[in-house]
Amino acid sequence: MSLTTRSAAELAGLLSRREVSAEEVTAAHLDRIAAVDGDVHAFLYVDGDRALSLAKTIDARRAAGEKLGPLAGVPVGVKDVFTYAGAPTTCGSRILEGWIPPYTSTIVQRLLDGGMIPLGKTNMDEFAMGSSTENSGYGATHNPWDLDRIPGGSGGGSAAALAAYEAPLTVGSDTGGSIRQPASVTGTVGIKPTYGGTSRYGLVAMASSLDTPGPCGRTVLDAALLHEAIAGYDARDSTSIDAPVPDVVGAASSADVRGMRIGVVRELGGEGYAPGVEQRFDEAVALLQDAGAEVVEVSCPHFEYALAAYYLIMPSEVSSNLARFDAMRYGLRIGDDGTRSAEEVMALTRGQGFGDEVKRRIIIGTYALSSGYYDAYYGSAQKVRTLITRDFDKAFEVADVLVSPTTPTTAFRMGERVDDPLSMYKADLCTIPSNLAGNCAGSFPVGLAPEDGLPVGFQVMAPPLADDRLYRVGAALERLLPNQLGALGALPGSLAAKEAVR
Amino acid sequence: MALTPDDVARLAGLARIDLSDAELARLAPQLDVILQSVAQVTEVAGEDVPATSHALHLVNVFRTDVVTPSLPVEAVLAMAPHAEDNRFAVPRILGEEE
Repeated sequence: MSLTTRSAAELAGLLSRREVSAEEVTAAHLDRIAAVDGDVHAFLYVDGDRALSLAKTIDARRAAGEKLGPLAGVPVGVKDVFTYAGAPTTCGSRILEGWIPPYTSTIVQRLLDGGMIPLGKTNMDEFAMGSSTENSGYGATHNPWDLDRIPGGSGGGSAAALAAYEAPLTVGSDTGGSIRQPASVTGTVGIKPTYGGTSRYGLVAMASSLDTPGPCGRTVLDAALLHEAIAGYDARDSTSIDAPVPDVVGAASSADVRGMRIGVVRELGGEGYAPGVEQRFDEAVALLQDAGAEVVEVSCPHFEYALAAYYLIMPSEVSSNLARFDAMRYGLRIGDDGTRSAEEVMALTRGQGFGDEVKRRIIIGTYALSSGYYDAYYGSAQKVRTLITRDFDKAFEVADVLVSPTTPTTAFRMGERVDDPLSMYKADLCTIPSNLAGNCAGSFPVGLAPEDGLPVGFQVMAPPLADDRLYRVGAALERLLPNQLGALGALPGSLAAKEAVR
Repeated sequence: MALTPDDVARLAGLARIDLSDAELARLAPQLDVILQSVAQVTEVAGEDVPATSHALHLVNVFRTDVVTPSLPVEAVLAMAPHAEDNRFAVPRILGEEE
């Protein structure tokens, strides 16, 4: 069995027993990236030399008998929205091309503290705005299941890297579904922790009241191990929660759902949902019931307004956060010829440096926050946010977790929604409510849609600081649906099919 | 109410984004569709519903006042588009007659 197809937990076992070195594991993944990333384009930057050197250090420390973290020596991909001193951080934007941050984010620092080996930076929609990774300023990422289809977004690079076996673990950030929707369409696991459960320090901000870093993996236990490594209080993030990290690893190991009340959200299904997505979702719910869970139906009537509220709140925060890209202190500067004013240079730089989606959202935010519209738009959206949170509170009185499909369809074709922003936004219909309310949620694979043979994701939502429940349900699904995804190479357009030809 | 290219140009000006005529023509109808769709939020919430600006109900988060070193000036200026005399150098900020 090749080192790149192993789970992170398996690699951790091999490493701790010294049956394999961190250098060998890292080299195997770098080789895999070199072999397939031309087709997938999951990585924007591969930090090969530093990764190998870090791996050698871990091997030396282990040989010296030092006590290391449970994932020490395991490679990890990092979404290009997190700073890592010395490695370029572009957020998928031309406006940050070539910018090398002078500091390291808390998330990456915790990976390093745990002895993990950052392989490089993964591709994303520009400033995490999008559901397909087609909005990257450096070219789209391709879904390893079918290279003509999108890997989801904004964290399409982090999800595709897992599905293509380029990395056993990756980290992402989730503002409206950017971890969960890519996980869903690539057959991987992606978790949005409770807001404030993971630090935003060094995460380039999109919408600060929604942005949540989180773990991505191929197995539920792997995601839990990574969650444990990166989560927890950070004094450098003023919205970090000062509370213990829930026992996510214990929950992923237990997989016991007996007596658990599982609430199916009535509003997240029906018209607009692909038949194969609904079929696999219903089957998974039935399996959980057979395993001893109690299934109830719940209603969250205000969820239908979540998308609208999100597309006012998020752009408002975006228009403010992205004002920092002003061509003065870092990043691109266009037109500074000695005659133009700072304001003109600013406008020229932002006009050329930002892509369409970023411009659209900044303009919507500017509109929503402008005098005369503020109360009607931004103010009303904030009230809807309250109503959605109340829907969750009420539902969690009768259910321990809520469930839905992660996204209404399987991976769509590249180019299909690029010129129709509203249809692109609908990919996040089911994921957005948890960002608005701040509770935790995750996506777990539940097989392939019969009509197209592409992965379907199952979303689990739990109350704030009950992240362990996500892993309990996810692990149960993983055990109830062994080999559900079959071979990655089953589809003619897949990466594996292309490799077989070579 | 339809959003015109002129409206978009005004908003883009406020946001300091230079847009070409072609971009204005392309973005205006897209933005109009999005704004019409999100306007449904105005139908839902009554006067009595309080606004939520943030999922966490935190008030005045303090940390201990510990002095820590700043980032090295050279490291920060190394990434500036233009630096001079240990400072960021910027285009002129005043008009000709000011």
